[in-house]
Amino acid sequence: MTGTPLLSLDAFSVARGPCDVVQDVTCAIGAGEFVGLIGPNGAGKTTLMRAALGLIPARGQSSLAVLDRAARARAVAWLPQQREIAWPISVENLVALGRSPHRAAGRPMSDADRAATVRAMARMGLDGFQARAANRLSGGEQARVLIARALAQDSPLLMADEPAAGLDPSSQISLMELFAAQAAEGQAVLASMHDLGLAARHCTRLLVLHRGRLVADGAPDTVLTPDLLATVFQITAHYARGADGPIFQPLGVIR
Amino acid sequence: MRFSLLLAILGVLVAGLFALSLLIGPAGLTPARALAALIRGEGLAETLVMREIRLPRALLAVMVGASLGLAGAAMQGYLRNPLAEPGLIGVSGSAALGAVIALHTGLAAGFLLGLPLAALTGAGVAVGLILLLAGSGGGSITLILAGIAVSAMAGALTSLVLNLSPNPFAASEIMFWMMGSLADRSMLHVWTALPLMAVGWALLAALGRGLDALTLGEDAAATMGFSLVRMRLLLVGGTACVVGAGTAVAGAIGFVGLVVPHILRPLVGAQPSRLLAASALGGAAMVLCADIAVRLVLPERDLKLGVLTALVGAPLFLHLIYRTRKEGL
Repeated sequence: MTGTPLLSLDAFSVARGPCDVVQDVTCAIGAGEFVGLIGPNGAGKTTLMRAALGLIPARGQSSLAVLDRAARARAVAWLPQQREIAWPISVENLVALGRSPHRAAGRPMSDADRAATVRAMARMGLDGFQARAANRLSGGEQARVLIARALAQDSPLLMADEPAAGLDPSSQISLMELFAAQAAEGQAVLASMHDLGLAARHCTRLLVLHRGRLVADGAPDTVLTPDLLATVFQITAHYARGADGPIFQPLGVIR
Repeated sequence: MRFSLLLAILGVLVAGLFALSLLIGPAGLTPARALAALIRGEGLAETLVMREIRLPRALLAVMVGASLGLAGAAMQGYLRNPLAEPGLIGVSGSAALGAVIALHTGLAAGFLLGLPLAALTGAGVAVGLILLLAGSGGGSITLILAGIAVSAMAGALTSLVLNLSPNPFAASEIMFWMMGSLADRSMLHVWTALPLMAVGWALLAALGRGLDALTLGEDAAATMGFSLVRMRLLLVGGTACVVGAGTAVAGAIGFVGLVVPHILRPLVGAQPSRLLAASALGGAAMVLCADIAVRLVLPERDLKLGVLTALVGAPLFLHLIYRTRKEGL
C-alpha cells in the first residue's frame, strides 16, 4: 500500500438491534490493492461495506462515511448485491448514470463523460448492447451492465458486494482480471466473495470476517491456512502454488 | 433529437386541445367571435363566457392534467413501480375529505373558496401524517404503507360524513362532487390553485436526476450522490401541493396519473427524468381531451370528468397490462 489510504476504518462497529454484527474492525485499503472480503454467510460482509459507505449508522471512524454525498460519489463506486434495474432503459443510458456524480445538475454529458461511458462498456464487453433495454438482458449480462456503470463512475475505489455471483466461469475470471487490472493501474477494489478459489488466485490481499470480527488480513497464502479454514469456514481444502498461480480447492466439510 | 421532438408534438397537441376546449360550449359562438371576445373583449356576454367560463375551465384542465401526469411519473419513478399513482400517499383522499366536510357543514355554500380551502387543509393534514410516519427514516415501503393508512382513514371518514348527511340531496351533492369536474369554475379557482401547483411542479421537477439514479436501487442512488431523504421530501411535498390543489378545485380525477406515464414510458426510452416533462404534457392533453368529451358526449346530463377518465383509463390500462404480459415482462 502506498500513499494515503482510499478507505480506512478505525475501531469500526455496526449495531443491528441489540448486538454488534460488525465489531471493532480496523483496516486500510490503498491504491493498487485488489482486496477480497471473505467470510461465511452472516459474517457481516455486506453490513461492513454498507456502513463503511455511510449507508447505515455505525460507531468508530470510516474515511468514506464522513465525506459529503457528492465527494463520496467521486471517491467510491458501490455495486450492491441486488441487481436492480427498475425500467427498460437502454444499456448506454444506464452505464451513463455512473457519470452523474461528475455532472452538475441540468448539464448535458461532456465529451469526457461520453468517453468514460464508452470505455466502461468496452471493458465489460458490451459493444453492440448500447441500445438494448437493460432489464431484458440475461442475469449475467445485467451484472456486466451494472459493473460497467460502476466503472463509468471512475472513482479511485470500487466496492462490490459479491460481484461474481451468478456469472459463468469465463465472466467470473474476466471480472477478476479486470479488477486486478484496475488495481494495477493505481485504483483499488474491495469485493466480497464466496469463491475462495477466485479470491486466492486474483486478490492481492484478503480480509476475513468471522462473526463480525476481522480475524485475518494479508496476502492469500498467509491467510488461507488450514486452521483458519477450519475455524471460520468449517472446511478442509487443498491449497497449492501451481505453475500459473495459486490453486485453491475446498475439499470437505468439518462436522 | 427524439425527446425534444416528442415534447414538441405533445406541446402542439396540448395547445390544439386547449384552443378546442375554448371553442366548445353551449353558447354556440363561432371561433372568430369567440377569439375576438377572449382577446379583445368584443361583446359583453361573449367576453364573459370566454373569459370567466371557458378560459378558467381550459386553464384548469391543463393545470390539473399536468399536475396529475407529473406527480404520477414522479411517484412511479420514486417507488420504481408502474402501478403507483399520485393518490397513493393519501393526499387526494384527504383533500376530498376536507371538501366533503365543507359541503356537509355548509362552508362550501358560505363562500366561494370555502370548499377549495377545506380541501387544501385536508391535504395538509395528510402530508403532516405522512411525513410523521415516513419522512426522514424508512424506505419506500414505509411511504406506501403510510399512504395506504392515511387513504383508508380519509375514505372511512368520508363515508362517515356521507352516512351522517342530513338528507339525500346533501349526499348526492357530495357524491357528484367526488366524481370530479371542471364545470362552472372561475378564474378565482385558477388563482387559488396556480401558486401551490407552481411550487409543486418545481419540487417534482427537481427529482429528475435522482429518479434516474434510483432505477438502480436506493443504495446505488445514495452512493451516486443523491439524498433519499431529500428526494422523499420533494416527492411528498410536491405531490401534496399539486394533487391537493388539483383535488381542491376539480375533485378526484383518477387514472390520469396512472395511465399517462405508462403510455409515454416507451416513448422516452423509459428514462424517469424525461418521463416527468412528457407526462406533464400528456396529462394536460388527456384531461383537456376528457373535458372536451364530457361536453360533447352527453352535454345535457353533466357527465362528470372523473367518471370519464376512469371509463377511458381503465380499459386502456387493461390493454397496457395485456401488452406488457405478451412482451413477457
